[in-house]
Amino acid sequence: MTEQPQNRDLPQGAQADAARAGLLRDEGGHHLPWIRRYVFSTDHKWIGIQYGFTALLFLLLGFSLMLMMRLQLGWPGRAFALLKMVLGEGRAPGGVLLPETYNQLGAMHGTIMVFLGIVPLAVGAFGNYLVPLQIGAPDMAFPKLNMASYWFYFAGGMIMLASFAAPGGAAASGWTSYAPLSVIATQGQTWWLVGMLFLITSSLLGSINFLVTIIQLRAPGMNFMRMPFFVWAQFVTSFLLLLAFPPLEAGAIMQFMDRVWHTSFFIPGPLVITGEVVNFGGGGNALLWQHLFWFLGHPEVYVLILPAMGIVSEVIANNTRKPLWGYRWLVGSAVFLGFMSFVVWAHHMFLTGMGTMISSFFQTTTMIISIPSVIILTVLFVSLWGGSIRFTTPMLFALAFLPMFGLGGLTGLPLGLATADLHLHDTYYVIGHFHYIVAPGTIFALFAGIYYWFPKITGRKLNDVLGRIHFFGSFIFINGIFFPMFIQGLAGVSRRLYDGGIQYAHAKVVAERTNPFMSISAWCLLAVQLPFIINFFWNAIAAARGRKNVGDNPWDATTLEWAATTSPPLAHGNFTVIPVVQRGPYEYSSPECTDTDFLPQHANTAGNPPAGGGMLPTHAVARSES
Amino acid sequence: MPDTHTAHALELEIPYTVGHRADTGLYNGKLGIWLFLASEVMLFGALFSSLILLRTSAPLWPRGWEELNVPLATVNTMVLIISSVTVVLAWANLRLGNFARGRLFIAATLVCGLAFMVIKGFEYAHKFELHHYPSTNNFFATYFLLTGLHGLHVVGGMVVFLYFLTFGSRMWHRDRDRFTNRIEIVGLYWHFVDLVWIFLFPTLYLL
Amino acid sequence: MAEQIAVQAHHSPEEIQKEIRVYIAVFCGLAVLTGATVGACYGLKLPVHYAVMVAVTIAIMKGFLVAGFFMHLLSEKKVIYGILALTVFFVAVLLWGPLEHFLNRMGGGIR
Repeated sequence: MTEQPQNRDLPQGAQADAARAGLLRDEGGHHLPWIRRYVFSTDHKWIGIQYGFTALLFLLLGFSLMLMMRLQLGWPGRAFALLKMVLGEGRAPGGVLLPETYNQLGAMHGTIMVFLGIVPLAVGAFGNYLVPLQIGAPDMAFPKLNMASYWFYFAGGMIMLASFAAPGGAAASGWTSYAPLSVIATQGQTWWLVGMLFLITSSLLGSINFLVTIIQLRAPGMNFMRMPFFVWAQFVTSFLLLLAFPPLEAGAIMQFMDRVWHTSFFIPGPLVITGEVVNFGGGGNALLWQHLFWFLGHPEVYVLILPAMGIVSEVIANNTRKPLWGYRWLVGSAVFLGFMSFVVWAHHMFLTGMGTMISSFFQTTTMIISIPSVIILTVLFVSLWGGSIRFTTPMLFALAFLPMFGLGGLTGLPLGLATADLHLHDTYYVIGHFHYIVAPGTIFALFAGIYYWFPKITGRKLNDVLGRIHFFGSFIFINGIFFPMFIQGLAGVSRRLYDGGIQYAHAKVVAERTNPFMSISAWCLLAVQLPFIINFFWNAIAAARGRKNVGDNPWDATTLEWAATTSPPLAHGNFTVIPVVQRGPYEYSSPECTDTDFLPQHANTAGNPPAGGGMLPTHAVARSES
Repeated sequence: MPDTHTAHALELEIPYTVGHRADTGLYNGKLGIWLFLASEVMLFGALFSSLILLRTSAPLWPRGWEELNVPLATVNTMVLIISSVTVVLAWANLRLGNFARGRLFIAATLVCGLAFMVIKGFEYAHKFELHHYPSTNNFFATYFLLTGLHGLHVVGGMVVFLYFLTFGSRMWHRDRDRFTNRIEIVGLYWHFVDLVWIFLFPTLYLL
Repeated sequence: MAEQIAVQAHHSPEEIQKEIRVYIAVFCGLAVLTGATVGACYGLKLPVHYAVMVAVTIAIMKGFLVAGFFMHLLSEKKVIYGILALTVFFVAVLLWGPLEHFLNRMGGGIR
């Protein structure tokens, strides 16, 4: 392989300039003004970085909201100076959280984590940055639309943040905004609806871009069954976003009209609220909102998990030095999962008085949808067998994903059975279930992705010691928070209770014994994120100063983003010559390998990259035919 | 500066913006607009679904003509159908290389859109005169929601047509095929807006 | 750089003129169908059940004309058909779900 500089600053010269300052020039080689370079960029790599930074900040914010909630849950009614300092006297008089404030924190925690944190990071950041590189494209199909997607997301995020300042505070009717409570809630709920419209728009524009890019811009030789599974995951995810969000958009507009123009889409008749009659025309149906919400809500959770599965697949293949076992099973399962996700939504509504026929229908489809998930997990587990496992930091997170997602998925089964759900619905069991999937599931996968692709984006590896502290600490404390939730749920502790369940005799003992432990775990989890934050910024700043410490392909990976271009990738355009793909994405330890244990996707059969791939200069090079 | 060469060498041009990709037979913009229209089908489908639900569960629901102006809406239906013809004729003329006639038909489409909105404006004004608001009952709530959202889509299309008549028309002289493609794409969007009205009109006014 | 095929190459002026004639014919069809649906439902003041059947049938026919000829869906590529088929299926599911829920509630029917 070509020699790469190690542990020293890049020499000056054309290559260095291109690699380090790759984003600074447009296709004419002219200097772009600062605002078109860093603010309104149309380069998918920079947009991906914008999404990444914004989303990580929102994740931290969402986490902080929950930390405040957990103070209250662990020690209900206790005064905390921190709460008074952060939230102010109005929301936490004397440092004691008000129930109304607790509800706001809860609703916004969910909203921010799902819509402003995880999806923008998994799809907007990872997807945007990697998909064009992995398929051998110069950029996304519609770069200006890509830029617009980011700014709609940013605007939506700002509106959500601003809602905290609305009279009466932010939305406080759960991230699910059920009518009629949400219809009569304070002004913050209207801001929430408007913010959602911006976020949905961002998502729709983004999904169109992803789908056209993947269908149309694959490099020669990159047929669908040679795409890295990460790209397949993003492909299915984009279909989910495209087709599932519009009904929620319709519902959000209807709720907006109910709130602002006093329509009755979701209101059956005049309401009596704390003794006062509020006149609505009536004739509406609160359950209609639930259908419209969950029609998106369920595909949304597959949007949360699919990119994570994609990341884990890439990291596992690379760190076992063998191809994934059952690639076709993975692809088929992902597609089937995406399709099924549209016909299971009412399992969130088993307790709304649905008839037996419709309940059975949704229970059956829910049971069926567990099958592709199990297949994907099985494929990933089997892929470890016989592998030469390298316990790199990304691999640790990817390995932990497997049992954690497994636990989360298994605990979904009693929830999907209507009879068992009678007992478990709206309890902490549900919270435990979905957090296991998203927190030690998706978020761990996203951490794996950050550790894995950081060298690609910056030319520096994150520090391993800090990485291991981050991993082991997070693994321990995240289980400390979420495992007791299953116990609480089975004991009957309900969700969204301001005091954590102690007001109910049947739940009091379990709640008192578990909540403080969980709250301490949560704050410890914050503590072990600090090594990660320090690691991240230290290396990002060093990289911005041009100080690389690894070569172009430090993990010896096969996929195009590693093997066919530089780290960081070249300026707007990605490749000096569009690679021609010769083989599948995971040719590790192939019999055809000569002096290395991997064959890049675009390499000719002697194992060498074709002339012209990567950093070589500009004179015309003949491209090999596929 | 040597790095200028590197920047020039990079394959920045995005393929299939004008020409078709061999295996899909599509250019990027056409695939993109159909995907967008698929999402719009879901949006209006959700609204129709809600309308059907609210109507079937209501003890009382007026017949469309009892509350709404059918003759005026019939005129509007024809206006939109005509506008669909003009926009597809615009595209045909551009493909024939006839920019002047193409522009004429784009302008005609814009005028039809304007006429539609003006007539709609009269309808709304009349409703408000009779104190029929979205809050009056769910018949009017769904009427205003569906026609309002549809109207917003009409306005969106009009903005794009205006752009192509003015600043956007410069592209004809730079890259004729690409401009023609863009008119095809906005035409597809416009036909969809017409299509929604084809279902909306009988549902609200005639049933 | 890539194998781009000129978009306009395979349509001669004669073919385009023929298409224009088709557009005009479709317009006439749409006008007739509009008249028919208004005449039946509004002119004859059909009862709701019949009105729904007539109006939906005619709307589907008009929709077919607009989508098939103006949007050229009849000569579109498989990718597009696939996307639309998927969409139509999901809309059908979305139409069915809430309706089934409300028609067959525990404790009986619509309330």
